[in-house]
Amino acid sequence: MTNKEMTTNPEGTQGVFPSIMKETAANDLTRPFWEAARDNRFVCARCTNCGTFRLPPAPFCYECQHRDIEWVELPGTGTVYSFTIVRHPLAKMLQPSVPYASGIIEIDGTQGAGARMICNIVDVDVDQLKIGDKVEIVWEHVNDEMSVPRFRPVDA
Amino acid sequence: MTIKDKAAIVGVGATKYWKRGQSFPETELSMACTAILSALEDAGLSITDLDGFSIYSSSCDPAEVASVLGVPEVRWATTTTSGGGGCAGALGVAAAAINAGMATCVVSLMTLQQLNKRLGGSEVGGMLAYATASEGSSPYGGSGIPPTAAFTANSGMLSPGHSFSVLAQRHMYLYGTKREHFAEVCMSQRENARKRPDTAVQTDELTLDDYFNARMISDPLCLFDYTQETDGAVAVITVSADRAKDLKQPPVYIMSSAHGGTGRWGPAIFKYFQAPEEEFASSGHRPVAKRLYEMAGITPQDVDVALLYDHFSPLVIMQLEDYGFCPIGEGGNFVAEGNIRYGTGSIPVNTHGGNLSEAYIIGMTHVREAVEQMRGTAVNQVKDAEVALVTGGPASLPVSGTLLHR
Repeated sequence: MTNKEMTTNPEGTQGVFPSIMKETAANDLTRPFWEAARDNRFVCARCTNCGTFRLPPAPFCYECQHRDIEWVELPGTGTVYSFTIVRHPLAKMLQPSVPYASGIIEIDGTQGAGARMICNIVDVDVDQLKIGDKVEIVWEHVNDEMSVPRFRPVDA
Repeated sequence: MTIKDKAAIVGVGATKYWKRGQSFPETELSMACTAILSALEDAGLSITDLDGFSIYSSSCDPAEVASVLGVPEVRWATTTTSGGGGCAGALGVAAAAINAGMATCVVSLMTLQQLNKRLGGSEVGGMLAYATASEGSSPYGGSGIPPTAAFTANSGMLSPGHSFSVLAQRHMYLYGTKREHFAEVCMSQRENARKRPDTAVQTDELTLDDYFNARMISDPLCLFDYTQETDGAVAVITVSADRAKDLKQPPVYIMSSAHGGTGRWGPAIFKYFQAPEEEFASSGHRPVAKRLYEMAGITPQDVDVALLYDHFSPLVIMQLEDYGFCPIGEGGNFVAEGNIRYGTGSIPVNTHGGNLSEAYIIGMTHVREAVEQMRGTAVNQVKDAEVALVTGGPASLPVSGTLLHR
């Protein structure tokens, strides 16, 4: 399953935003996501009452106000909904990383809004990235607790 | 029953505007007090008249200001929640308090010194704090990092500029909006600022070449699309319409005011971007605009000058659409046709130069300019202007708008 994983250079890599948060700060509501992530699996919370996906998981469904969720495994593919190319490093430590792409991904198998992912998009020519591009998830296992999701273009 | 024409702005006061950090050794407290005293004097009132604070983004601590200035009795102290989006809405809250008999003389203000802090963070600790902050964190201490932070903290989107770049990108994709359109907003406002060197921080000419030669910060936004960072304070005084008639300045009536937005906009742009498809590439102001015009009983065609919150240039274009000055998706062409230019456009926008070129005091410079336009004393005075629109945000909810008339 190595094709679903990525490693990063501790000195920084152009195009890759370094993982500045190295703990999941998980609670019961979010923990299943991070546990699945450790196994390179992408799961999303779905309302058991009306089927609306919530990501990040929220304590209530915004459509029917129901609380209970079930975790559904999805392929981890999606579409670039919008993005930015960050060229100015907000901090010195980001100098090796710029330019990098960050975007909003609409996840295949969900309703879209309400389950969007906000992620670094890697392995991409930042001058070629477009809204509508197909992408797939790739995991960086930072430590035993934290696996960071990123997306990369799906090879044509 | 609404607050329509029940209250009026009668005083405006401000410090000078400085580039970021240069207001030192003034403090945010000292600048707030200076602006308040100046606004009271402008109105012909004194500190003994002041009894209310209607602020936004917790711009100051009314307890501290009231104590330092010796306000005899505070009868009203509120802030709209979240950040700069509440700016124009704070005027409506002041009017509501006065109309309900809860206070008689209310100040709204912002004071800002970006010496040791910068919005958006500029070092790793700051970035992480920004990425993991809870909205509306409690003065009693939060419960640590919210569990949802881990879903965004490593995304690389860490500042308001990054967030608004994403909205702008989607607007370009859907409607064919171009960087030339953003440039027109920047150049139009710079021209306005250049005529007011007494207040404006940026007064150099800005050409299309300058714009396209500027470094990109976060595509599609370049340096000039971002607001400047400045220091200063601005305060305005609101009293009842009846009392306003007897004061020093011609009253500027609050025709209508609204704050809020679609629930699912939520903290959208600073967190999870979950706004519904039909509202994503917008300023989030549409519901506020609707209520604003309904309360005032007017249409966009009745507005003579628009002071639109311009932390990032594309948001001016989106607000032109959301406030009905042009159809949705046509904001880019609308500005390209010269419609927002002072002197020649159909709806002059940010005649003071805005956040982009005059100063960024989180929206209060727009309120000041709206009042001066209605008094007929603005530097770039719109001839015979009778109605002004002033807006706050977008940011996290609430965003806000207020209509003023002379």
